[in-house]
Amino acid sequence: MLKIANQTFNSRLLLGTGKYPSFEIQKEAVRVSEAEILTFAVRRMNIFEESQPNFLEQLDLTNYKLLPNTAGAKTAEEAVRIAKLAKASGLCDMIKVEVIGCNKSLLPDPVETLKASEILLEEGFIVLPYTSDDVVLAKRLEDLGVHAIMPGASPIGSGKGILNPLNLKFIIEQSSVPVIIDAGIGSPKDAAYAMELGADAVLLNTAVSDSKDPVKMALAMKMAIEAGRLGFEAGRIKEKEYGEASSPMQGMVSS
Amino acid sequence: MTIKLNGRSVKLPTGVNTVKDLLDHYNLENRIVIVELNKQITEKNQYTSLFLSDGDMVEMIHFVGGG
Repeated sequence: MLKIANQTFNSRLLLGTGKYPSFEIQKEAVRVSEAEILTFAVRRMNIFEESQPNFLEQLDLTNYKLLPNTAGAKTAEEAVRIAKLAKASGLCDMIKVEVIGCNKSLLPDPVETLKASEILLEEGFIVLPYTSDDVVLAKRLEDLGVHAIMPGASPIGSGKGILNPLNLKFIIEQSSVPVIIDAGIGSPKDAAYAMELGADAVLLNTAVSDSKDPVKMALAMKMAIEAGRLGFEAGRIKEKEYGEASSPMQGMVSS
Repeated sequence: MTIKLNGRSVKLPTGVNTVKDLLDHYNLENRIVIVELNKQITEKNQYTSLFLSDGDMVEMIHFVGGG
């Protein structure tokens, strides 16, 4: 079970809702993923054009927990404003703090992320900051009282997978709140690896939505995350330099 | 009156006086929407009592797909 603040979840996959080829594919991908937490962005309504269908409005919200993000924010102040707008919907109390500090790499601004997290905690939000894989920053965020740490595996949407497993492992080992690997996951292998490192969950979007078959990939990610988690709990074997036979050396059939 | 709605200057027809009227005017009464009036977030139970004035800045916000 994944426990964030006072809420528990069966699924360890958090799924983003951006960039799917169609609503039908998205609905099916969300269904097969068995994700219980879905992320959304907060934006101006397109009121001057003909009303477009809205994915959120087609969901049975009793089955899902919404995790709005503060994407688009470049400062703590902007992130706080977006978080408050999201909360005013009355649909959510969690917020993914996302403050981008570099337009090219889309890596998070650590200082503004820390500031925004502090303000939002004071305001009573359940705060899940998207952060770099900096071990000390993760500790500082935890000390503030955030409800989960979400270090990126690699830049958002890059699909480069886990670039610094050592840092992620350090963050996981030191953390007493859930660690959710967020951003950069490219394939089921990456998701399984994140879970084998001991992550509590994985948040991904592009790896599913941009794949050739998002529904199949959603299922693959679900299975990879489950497999990775089971593998972590079971405890992998120690690596050895040379081979060690699995079959007994006694009772050989000889001529 | 003319207000700034989602960054665009909009002349409102007579009869549109409150936030509630504005939502009705754009057929948004049953949509998931958050309304910000002059940078202040409004509560749903205020919609009928919040009157608009010339030059007001209104933002209508919702949730879209994102990661």
